[in-house]
Amino acid sequence: MRLFLSQDAAAKALGSEAVAEEIRQLAERRGDDIELVRTGSRGMVWLEPLLEVETPQGRVAYGPVTPADVPAILAGTSDKALGLTEELPWMKGQTRLTFARVGVIDPLSPADYQAHGGLAGLRRALSMTAPEIVAEITESGLRGRGGAGFPTGIKWKTVAEAPGARKYIVCNADEGDSGTFADRMLMEGDPLTLVEGMVIAGLATGATQGFVYIRSEYPDAIRVMEGAVALARAEGILGPSVLGSAHAFDIEIRVGAGAYVCGEETSLLNSIEGLRPVVRAKPPLPALQGFMGRPTVVNNVISLATVPVILEKGAAFYRDFGLGRSRGTIPLQIAGNVRRGGLYEVAFGLTLGQIVDEIAGGTASGRPVKAVQVGGPLGAYFPRALFDTPFGYEEYAAKDGLVGHAGIVVFDDTADMLAQARFALEFCAIESCGKCTPCRIGAVRGVETVDRIAAGDAAAIPILTDLCNTMKLGSLCALGGFTPYPVMSALTHFPDDFARAREAAE
Amino acid sequence: MASPVETRVGEIVARHEGMEGPLLPILHAVQAAFGHVPRDALPVIAEALNLSRAEVHGVVTFYHDFRSEPAGRHMIRLCRAEACQATGGDAVAAAVRDRLGVDWHGTSGSGVTLEPVFCLGLCACGPAALVDGEVVGRFDAARLEAILKEWGA
Ligand SMILES: Cc1cc2nc3c(=O)[nH]c(=O)nc-3n(C[C@H](O)[C@H](O)[C@H](O)COP(=O)(O)O)c2cc1C
Ligand code: SF4
Ligand code: FES
Repeated sequence: MRLFLSQDAAAKALGSEAVAEEIRQLAERRGDDIELVRTGSRGMVWLEPLLEVETPQGRVAYGPVTPADVPAILAGTSDKALGLTEELPWMKGQTRLTFARVGVIDPLSPADYQAHGGLAGLRRALSMTAPEIVAEITESGLRGRGGAGFPTGIKWKTVAEAPGARKYIVCNADEGDSGTFADRMLMEGDPLTLVEGMVIAGLATGATQGFVYIRSEYPDAIRVMEGAVALARAEGILGPSVLGSAHAFDIEIRVGAGAYVCGEETSLLNSIEGLRPVVRAKPPLPALQGFMGRPTVVNNVISLATVPVILEKGAAFYRDFGLGRSRGTIPLQIAGNVRRGGLYEVAFGLTLGQIVDEIAGGTASGRPVKAVQVGGPLGAYFPRALFDTPFGYEEYAAKDGLVGHAGIVVFDDTADMLAQARFALEFCAIESCGKCTPCRIGAVRGVETVDRIAAGDAAAIPILTDLCNTMKLGSLCALGGFTPYPVMSALTHFPDDFARAREAAE
Repeated sequence: MASPVETRVGEIVARHEGMEGPLLPILHAVQAAFGHVPRDALPVIAEALNLSRAEVHGVVTFYHDFRSEPAGRHMIRLCRAEACQATGGDAVAAAVRDRLGVDWHGTSGSGVTLEPVFCLGLCACGPAALVDGEVVGRFDAARLEAILKEWGA
């Protein structure tokens, strides 16, 4: 009997290890022939720990599973049976390209990886010239998934054409945005895809050294990625001769130390170099003068992990998904107060209402949805009135919001939007790198100003608006520059929450 | 003569020779060895990497992770970020602070250190926590009691 159980951090956080232990003990006691494969997560976090049993029809899912459920599941009599995993609505609605293998394979099995299409992209890339690979990525329409949405092919072209004997591929796995976990799930569930994507980026640009900068808050992802790099070296995917070719590429894992701003690419480069990780002014672009002043690609985990499937299936295949200038698929991360939370990879273009009401099934509390923050701590709060906004970079920008890293955090009607605005400013004050005054000082003043509003001082509202404008215009990076998004969206869309105290005072 | 701290830090630095950008990995290794980054470690690191003490100090103090003093016997890192707020994280955090009798960054009389963290990537099963390095979802007061009991704290 073959069983599959996720060991993604979210599954562990909900008790998967106790389930695994129960399975081991039961198998030992009964002398059953049970093979337990530990996988990444299918992304249905509300069903974790999710246990799957292999049958001739496919894998049958059970969840959420407790140790007490195990005997009945093995006997085939459990009422936790959900049906075939692939037939569940959450799975059927998706287009899993980047996450095709996540939750399916043993993340650290090269054999599993190749049996499910792994290395096909790299093999094709090895048969192409560097400019051909860059052109393929450009034509796919892939844009950076770290937040800024910059075309990946154009970034690669700049690095490819930059003079320099030593170039770098830096994978940004800092994933600091609250409400996001796609990078984590990918690294824990299919790390070799990221390795493969980085090797292809190396072939395309002439870079021979890669770094993956993972936040320290992700101990599981760090462990799995380190395992994957070691395996990739043993398999000849990394090393002096990539899959026997004339190309060299190697990867080192680096660990952050708890600073949100280190996700900003120039701060991240300073961090790896061992400098104080303040943000660097641009120009020079990291593509030209990045790590150690040398040409460097900085890309998000999901950007790089999407490269193999594009090379495997072709640019046109990928580009055919999506909406407007947002091509391909996006792993939505549905979080907060939702009935069904998790990762849902789908073509760009779903409306926020479809995501929140249909896919997520509304709130876990059963109360009405009040606000949805999209795009992390620097993203805007959307009211129900904007639920017709389709998921796309330009579409969100037009509504004074951002797609960011595609985190979607749902709040019910108990949320106090003044408190959320205050938190955004407090977060900015805690995490500011200190380089520019509007961010460093403005955020602190912002907290004080919100407190005045909370105390009933309506005259402070225009001050807050002014302050946000100053931060927007006078900040070097998006930490100071975008903090006004959550603040101003809260104020604009939920004015009552800013007037309540005043009414009380009057 | 070198103090025991200096000797050990010297060994850690030596292990990182030849690395591009060794400072952050060295600091992590020092913190792993001592539970914090001792003051005496900084001059050793600075000298080995050809940096000024001020530069090393500027790096160490920038990051939230590096401690200048050891933490308690146990560590709870509780997520304060938005998705966990949406699932009642603020109230849970208040209950935890109350129960431990400490504010953020404090260490209780029984040796439990409480640190805030901004997202653990467990945003679909919040409130989330890292308890002595182990991930915990849907953290609440009952869970805290169970953990404290296990720790005898
Ligand atoms: C304050 C701040 C934090 C950021 N955090 C991240 C992050 O955690 N992960 C990430 O990939 N990009 C982050 N970015 C965006 C990066 O600066 C950069 O645009 C990105 O890594 C480029 O990769 P991409 O083109 O593949 O998206 C952040 C930007 C800012 C201003
Ligand atoms: S906006 Fe804030 S975080 Fe960004 S560079 Fe300026 S001070 Fe640093
Ligand atoms: S917001 Fe709390 S774990 Fe992500």
